[in-house]
Amino acid sequence: MIERRSISGYDVAFFALLFTLLGVGLLSIYSVTSASGRSPHYLRQIYWIGLGLIAFLVMAWIDYHQIVRLAYPAYFLTIVSLLLVLVMGRTSLGATRWLSFGPFSFQPSELAKISLLLVLAKHFSEHFPRKGLGMAELIFPGVIMVIPMALILKQPDLGTALAISSVFISMVFVLGFRSQFMIWSSLLSLISIPFMWQIFWNNLKGYQRNRLTIFMEPSTDPMGSGYHLLQSKIAIGSGKIFGKGLWGGTQSQLRFLPESHTDFIFSVFSEAWGFVGVFFLFVLFLLLVLWGIEVAYKAKDPLGALLAIGIVGLISSYFLVNVGMTLGLVPVVGIPLPLISYGGTSMVITLGLLGLLFNVKLRRFMLFY
Amino acid sequence: MLRQASSHEENRDIQKRIVWFFGVIAILLLTLLLRAGYFQIIHGDAYFELSENNRIRMISVPASRGIISDRNGTPLVNNALSFNLYMVPADIPSLPPVIERLSSFVEMQQEELIQIMAQKREDAYLPIKIKNDLSMKEIALIEGHSLELPGVKIEAEFKRSAIYGSLAAHLLGYIGEVSQAQLDSGVYDNVRPSEMIGRSGVEQSYDGVIRGVSGQKGVEVDALGHEIRILNVKEPVQGDSLYLTIDLNLQQVAEEALGGRVGAIVAMDPNNGEVLAMVSHPTFDPNILSRGPSPRLWNDILQDEEKPLNNRATQGQYPPGSTFKIVLAAAILETKTASPAQQVHCRGYYPFGNRNFMDWKKGGHGAVDLHRALVESCDVYFYEMGTKLGIDPIAKFAGLLGLGEKTGIALQYEKKGLIPSTTWKKRVRHEPWYPGETVSVAIGQGYVSVTPLQMARMISTVANDGISYPPQLVLKKRQYDTGFISEFPPRPGETIPISKKTLEIVKNGLIGVVNEPHGTAGASQSQWVSMAGKTGTAQVVAIKERLRSDLRRKLPPGLDDHAWFVAYAPVDTPKIAMAILVEHGGHGGSVAAPIAKKLIEAYLKNSAPK
Repeated sequence: MIERRSISGYDVAFFALLFTLLGVGLLSIYSVTSASGRSPHYLRQIYWIGLGLIAFLVMAWIDYHQIVRLAYPAYFLTIVSLLLVLVMGRTSLGATRWLSFGPFSFQPSELAKISLLLVLAKHFSEHFPRKGLGMAELIFPGVIMVIPMALILKQPDLGTALAISSVFISMVFVLGFRSQFMIWSSLLSLISIPFMWQIFWNNLKGYQRNRLTIFMEPSTDPMGSGYHLLQSKIAIGSGKIFGKGLWGGTQSQLRFLPESHTDFIFSVFSEAWGFVGVFFLFVLFLLLVLWGIEVAYKAKDPLGALLAIGIVGLISSYFLVNVGMTLGLVPVVGIPLPLISYGGTSMVITLGLLGLLFNVKLRRFMLFY
Repeated sequence: MLRQASSHEENRDIQKRIVWFFGVIAILLLTLLLRAGYFQIIHGDAYFELSENNRIRMISVPASRGIISDRNGTPLVNNALSFNLYMVPADIPSLPPVIERLSSFVEMQQEELIQIMAQKREDAYLPIKIKNDLSMKEIALIEGHSLELPGVKIEAEFKRSAIYGSLAAHLLGYIGEVSQAQLDSGVYDNVRPSEMIGRSGVEQSYDGVIRGVSGQKGVEVDALGHEIRILNVKEPVQGDSLYLTIDLNLQQVAEEALGGRVGAIVAMDPNNGEVLAMVSHPTFDPNILSRGPSPRLWNDILQDEEKPLNNRATQGQYPPGSTFKIVLAAAILETKTASPAQQVHCRGYYPFGNRNFMDWKKGGHGAVDLHRALVESCDVYFYEMGTKLGIDPIAKFAGLLGLGEKTGIALQYEKKGLIPSTTWKKRVRHEPWYPGETVSVAIGQGYVSVTPLQMARMISTVANDGISYPPQLVLKKRQYDTGFISEFPPRPGETIPISKKTLEIVKNGLIGVVNEPHGTAGASQSQWVSMAGKTGTAQVVAIKERLRSDLRRKLPPGLDDHAWFVAYAPVDTPKIAMAILVEHGGHGGSVAAPIAKKLIEAYLKNSAPK
């Protein structure tokens, strides 16, 4: 099926990029968790990466047209499991996000990412808006997106809810709007913003409101979430240009920095490697995005293009929101840095999504042979 | 092919916007990169300095421990304000000059300071306690020289204060800094390093109730580590107060009655198992131990041959001597080994094998039945009956009355004592039981050992017609902020399978001990309250045949007998039961019984309706 030609030198570069990013993450996790005598997180992370690479292969191998056939069943499963979480999920740190099956537990909100991606790509490619999107074309996909989003918000998991909306936003962005619709919708949204904000604010939990106020004005509470943010900024800033070296980061090593191996791993990285390291990391990530964009650009059909764009949008939004959070540009919402943060679910899903992206690329020329 | 062409058409439509999409991501990434550069390049030095001497500290705000009161609400342990000295290693640029200066301001040797600071700490920002209870002069000197003392600070804190000093010290216990091992054990999940936890007694066993949960305050400090301002405070949750079952008045009388003698007293309410008084001498001052005694003082306490930290009431294991005859009497009647009227002729010795086991009374008691045997504590009667009974029935009834097993009182390290049996001897000594050993056991000697608490429970059970209550120490707790009081429901009593008739006969014997002519505790008869009891004089050294009493008087004090007395009163409706033990005190009747009389009179006079 797949010709040797379809794997080019460009793909070798992709794998080099991928493994460099994974290596950066492992090294950072190792540097903050090894000294404190905690259980070997980096070993478990290697194990997760292994599982993730299997997911990559599976998602790359099966023709994406076949995978997309599972879109609606997967979407249905997502909604059911999200409802189950609300009824009988495991509560941790005040939020109920996990479903347990014996020793295994997983977050249905992660499944939501994939199923939403598949459903939206399938729908938009089957009902391709040649003249751009209007109101009528947006109703069905809008409902499709809002249902899982609302259920995830209810958990409450603000970060993931916002992040999965990026799938919708990036596809809609690429499909484009009709000009008439653009005018009306911008007017409408301008008027509705105050009301929507009211509803949004009223539905937030205490700690979420706190985070938002602190985000707007960090000095109001330097000890709570503001404390995290402040310590994160100190960590990043103190790395200066060349960084303090892997074990030289006083912020990370002395545990001023909370969640240092998960959500705030970017701060650890920045303290250790300084601006030079941050620049290098950004270049790596941008190259990865560029590779994904190229896949979307050259995709054989709209379905492939939409899948690729959705994946690039999703992973980018995680990266942007996470880094923005540690830099105080985005509220602290607790989502991981893709490919780098410690954590099994995120790793497996991200690598699976990249596998699907690779899938779209592999089948680019298929019909011609 | 047509479909393929249209696909490409559609794709071209969106390709333009895909490029835009990349542009948006690239711009957002650039924004983040600029932001990082702003922190790292433009403000890098400032942040670097902040990180080098992290100015924001989380400081633990200790909760004040709950007050411990007696049953009537009179406080026994509370908290007093104290100013304590701390040092934060991370704030001290160079230790020797600071130590040198500090040692001239506080009453401490430089070596002592160096020793404390030399201990390995995981977190250099965690304050190390240097000295408790600073004097006003020390405070003034340190505050006055604070600029020369980076990393040195004074905190106002509560110190634990046992109001009556060493009164009920073993029961109340003391507190101390939590150890790393305790933190690692996972038992103290909401305790932070350097916090105080209960180390012994009620302070230890009810630690979770009275400790509370410490709060935190976030403070900004200057380059010397001195607080500039408080950023926020998470208030601590104060511990709950405890109301013990102890009666302060009775406890005081008991402490005084035992005085300088080594021994233990346990008094209980037989109707519910509430411990009314618990004394163990020699004792210690919890105030000194709670404030962290110097290593030398600790050493002295630990090396003390009289072991003042041991709670003799729950940890001391002694042969019960003749008080064990209560068990024998119940066993004889229940197993129908002899009728109450059946007599044994006591000639002052009991031949068994090729040995003569002596009675304490030279010349013997003559013909005695069970009642007389109890009243006069005739050894020969019980030698003979014990031999007839055999060791295992004796062990069974001792077990029913709670001997040889932990009472389950809420105090650490309670001891079991030992009630021997054939299986025990086979298991532990790998030897068969020799019938001759039963003879000694019959009068509470040989392998038998019990704790004073077990004996108090045993006599309570007898007084309460066979209903046995586990000893209880706490009546209720009171929440600090709401004042909400919750009772500790008494643990249910257990009716032991010994008939009322049997107990009635035994009790009559115990009444006789105090109230009949020739009763071994006759001297302690009270003028206005009827009491019952049993004396015991337990041999310390295993003397095969009892020494003649005139010889025994010349024994050195360390080898003198232990004096026992178990008692209850009033006889008809018992309100108090107790066990008294005086180590090497001599005769139970002349040493321990008068203490019981004092306690009973004090308690019943006090609680009698006026």
